[in-house]
Amino acid sequence: MAARQDASAADRPAFDLAAAVKDAGFAALVMLGLSVPILALRSDQNMSNQLVLAQRWDSVVLACVLVFFGRIAVAWLRRGKAAAPSKPFVLPPVLARTGPPAALAFVVAYPLLMLALNGPLGSIKWIDNFGIQILIYIMLGWGLNIVVGLAGLLDLGYVAFYAVGAYSYALIATQVIPATYPDLGLWAFWICLPISGILAGLWGIILGFPVLRLRGDYLAIVTLAFGEIIRLVLINWVEFSGGYAGISSIPRPSFFGIPFNASDIGFAAVFGLEFSPIYRTIFLFYVILILALLTAAISVRLRRLPVGRAWEALREDEIACRSLGINTTNTKLTAFAIGAMFGGFAGCFFAARQGFISPESFVFLESAQILAIVVLGGMGSLAGVVIAAILLVGGIEILRELDFLKQVFGPDFDATQYRMLIFGLAMVLMMLWKPRGLISTREPSIVHRERKAISGSLVKEGHG
Amino acid sequence: MTAPLLSLHHLSMRFGGLLAVNDVSFDVRRGEITALIGPNGAGKTTVFNCITGFYKPTEGMIALTHEDGTRFLLERLPDYRINEKARVARTFQNIRLFQGMTVLENLLVAQHNPLMAASGWTVLGVLGIGGYRRREQEAVDKAVAWLERIGLVDRADDPAGDLPYGDQRRLEIARAMCTDPVLLCLDEPAAGLNPRESLELNALLRSVRDRDGTSVLLIEHDMSVVMEISDHVVVLDYGIKIADGAPDEIRNDPKVIAAYLGVEDEEVAAVEAEVGA
Amino acid sequence: MEVFVQQLINGLTLGSIYGLIAIGYTMVFGIIGMVNFAHGDVFMVGGFIALLFFMVMTAWLGLAVLPALMIVLVLGMVFTGLWNWAIERVAYRPLRGSFRLAPLISAIGMSILLSNLVQVLQGPRNKPVPPMFTQVLPLFEQNGYTVGIGYKQIVIMVVTAVSLAIFWYVVQKTPLGRAQRACEQDQKMASLLGINVDATISLTFVMGAALAAVAGVMYIMYYGVVNFSDGFIPGVKAFTAAVLGGIGSLPGAVIGGLLIGLIETMWSAYFSIDYKDVAAFSILAITLVFLPTGLFGRPEVEKV
Repeated sequence: MAARQDASAADRPAFDLAAAVKDAGFAALVMLGLSVPILALRSDQNMSNQLVLAQRWDSVVLACVLVFFGRIAVAWLRRGKAAAPSKPFVLPPVLARTGPPAALAFVVAYPLLMLALNGPLGSIKWIDNFGIQILIYIMLGWGLNIVVGLAGLLDLGYVAFYAVGAYSYALIATQVIPATYPDLGLWAFWICLPISGILAGLWGIILGFPVLRLRGDYLAIVTLAFGEIIRLVLINWVEFSGGYAGISSIPRPSFFGIPFNASDIGFAAVFGLEFSPIYRTIFLFYVILILALLTAAISVRLRRLPVGRAWEALREDEIACRSLGINTTNTKLTAFAIGAMFGGFAGCFFAARQGFISPESFVFLESAQILAIVVLGGMGSLAGVVIAAILLVGGIEILRELDFLKQVFGPDFDATQYRMLIFGLAMVLMMLWKPRGLISTREPSIVHRERKAISGSLVKEGHG
Repeated sequence: MTAPLLSLHHLSMRFGGLLAVNDVSFDVRRGEITALIGPNGAGKTTVFNCITGFYKPTEGMIALTHEDGTRFLLERLPDYRINEKARVARTFQNIRLFQGMTVLENLLVAQHNPLMAASGWTVLGVLGIGGYRRREQEAVDKAVAWLERIGLVDRADDPAGDLPYGDQRRLEIARAMCTDPVLLCLDEPAAGLNPRESLELNALLRSVRDRDGTSVLLIEHDMSVVMEISDHVVVLDYGIKIADGAPDEIRNDPKVIAAYLGVEDEEVAAVEAEVGA
Repeated sequence: MEVFVQQLINGLTLGSIYGLIAIGYTMVFGIIGMVNFAHGDVFMVGGFIALLFFMVMTAWLGLAVLPALMIVLVLGMVFTGLWNWAIERVAYRPLRGSFRLAPLISAIGMSILLSNLVQVLQGPRNKPVPPMFTQVLPLFEQNGYTVGIGYKQIVIMVVTAVSLAIFWYVVQKTPLGRAQRACEQDQKMASLLGINVDATISLTFVMGAALAAVAGVMYIMYYGVVNFSDGFIPGVKAFTAAVLGGIGSLPGAVIGGLLIGLIETMWSAYFSIDYKDVAAFSILAITLVFLPTGLFGRPEVEKV
């Protein structure tokens, strides 16, 4: 129905109000149907734990009216535009050259900027909840980008490797090191970081091997299943992982052997500063920044190496790859293993930053969120991942901050309960708006004479 | 007398109840262009897929012998090994270029295995040590040399999917040649080409045979191409080899004519009686 | 033996519910080749719609349980169908024929959206309904253990069988079913032959949702409780059932559902209840890896 209207709108740019009203009326009617039981009635337990129904017909009317006028507004905005295909988004060359260095300079200065603006205590939230949180997801996005964006292997269980990294660090740092070399306690993070990455990479190979011949959605579902199996085992194998309770008192990273505490050998005392928790937060910020940049640097390098080109070729056409003598099994496994390794690094950092981990942190939703960042960013695009991570993760975090909404909707209004609702909605809307992601052009990995970006419509998304 | 480059012995391929290739044997001789022809559904592409490892034949043996006498049984090699070790390259009926990658990148992907070794299986390459840069430059030079041969050097940085159809066909051949094959298998290389492009293709295939010393096995429907360039023709019909010989012999073979003209069922017997089959 | 028979009955009951949900996955995959990730949540929404209508019928209108349940069944199918129709129309149809990952991401977003919408609208707590059909029909007694079949288990099996029969009739014998099978084979050709492909796909979603709604009603009746997060795990299990039966195959989905139900109850009874979801996910992974066409699926030949 919409297609027919779009076509007629192209012939005749004038806004057809009657049709729009009719369409909006229909949409409002559908909204009424959708909201009849589930919005109009609310079930609540009474004192004796029985369900009672409450009615909210005012909300139903409001929803229908909103849909009606929203639909008209959309029709008005789209008038005459339907036929023109949306142009792919290409960064202007100046911005493409100066953008990344400028962004990097901003990120490096960010903690100090926040410190100057908000003072030591006020800035923890900004550096930790926004800075570190977003950087973790950028790193995870870049890691998963190798698997999904470059090699075209759809992985819905990426969080499993994040969990392997986190639990590796947590278990080694709380059990193995104190039992064997307690003197190394302060160095635990730095020792475990590579170990976590390697273990996660090994798990990438173990889980990757059986699923390599699967394609597309099947691969996605199996990786989801593996992710859930790992989480369920972590929940149920209590002796190993602490079950639901998780693992607490995980050692925090030290400043290369100097702990961040109020003692005499602590960071503040050694550097003659007044003790404040902000130093550790700032230090963690730079650690994850360096880890993320390392991920980016290695990704960029890998793309220009034969293995990276083979990944992209695999995404384009697996059969052609095999006809050219490329061992597709090994190529896919390296993508899985390297992607998993970065997930493991990020997991190790996550455990060290939180000091506490439990299976709650490694649910399917996390995998979905990381995948959404990669797909929304535009598959294979490092800059796209950054923008998408800021939008999605930063957007969710900012919903915590919206206290002023209480003044609009009354004191009972709790913005945080809408976070995931808005997140889900955003995922759907962003796909409708840009199905190929924000940056859908592809940069060639090698240039003979002239660098040209490749339009996203030519780039394949992989078959498995 | 050395063994022929490729010999198929009693090759059969069955899909469920369908016998797509039925006891086919023929040789591809070194330094020749061999054409595999036959009506639609004769099993030509199936034979190709068996040679290049995409199908494992139900029965039969496919032996490839290098000039130094090394012998490979292709039906036992995994598909990618057939290109890597036995050095058989192929193109596809429906062109399979990496459309979202540039023309140059396509040709570099074809040199994956030597470059992979040069990059120290990625480890040295990531660290930026070892002679990878130089090896990559050589690979680019080789790719550019091929682009000059097929007249696409100006489009090296364009995505392969943007090329016109005829250029894509030539690029796919160049890509296959970048793997340094001893045998190049082409699946309908002239399909969809205009007469001028068809002539260019003939010249290219001859130069592949004469200059690069690569033998060619091609499936083709365009008889002008087949008769013009091939040294040897094998004809399949309904999965059975019905003729095998020089182009001139094939041209006048009544069985081949009957197969191609698609005579009515009743007339087959008449035609066969006529040719004494 | 007695425990085994009892678990067999329990497993078949549970399996009926999975089978009903699995049909929705398998039909949508068959017709547009997409894993409808949100289908488990559609089932959950169906459960909530049923719960609310059931409250209306019993608490407000004072109907007896059986007539109330029958009305709820019909209303649930209609309204859940409408939900899935709207979801397809808004979130999937604009992405049809576009980037392959886009509908999958959109479906995952929709799944998150639905469960959180229900959480916001209906609250995060478990919703209990008064127990129904509590009687048990004793079958036989052995070693002091009475094997019985609950009335509600009988109801579930009967309702499932009737729904499947109606559904089977629609798919096999009506023009709608024929249009559906035609679209499964070749959408372009079907539309050239005058089949309204969009409408057929929409109806597929509606039918899948209607069966999921039946499953939702049965689920509430069986467990007596529903929660906004109840879509994910049954959804994955039903998807496992669809894959096990061979995705695209309707009898396969039902048999796969029964198998998954049986495996789950047997696993819980004889091994460990803690790992029952691990068992379901492992079956999913093992089936996909070793038997990707499932029990009744068509083998796929790689085209070169």
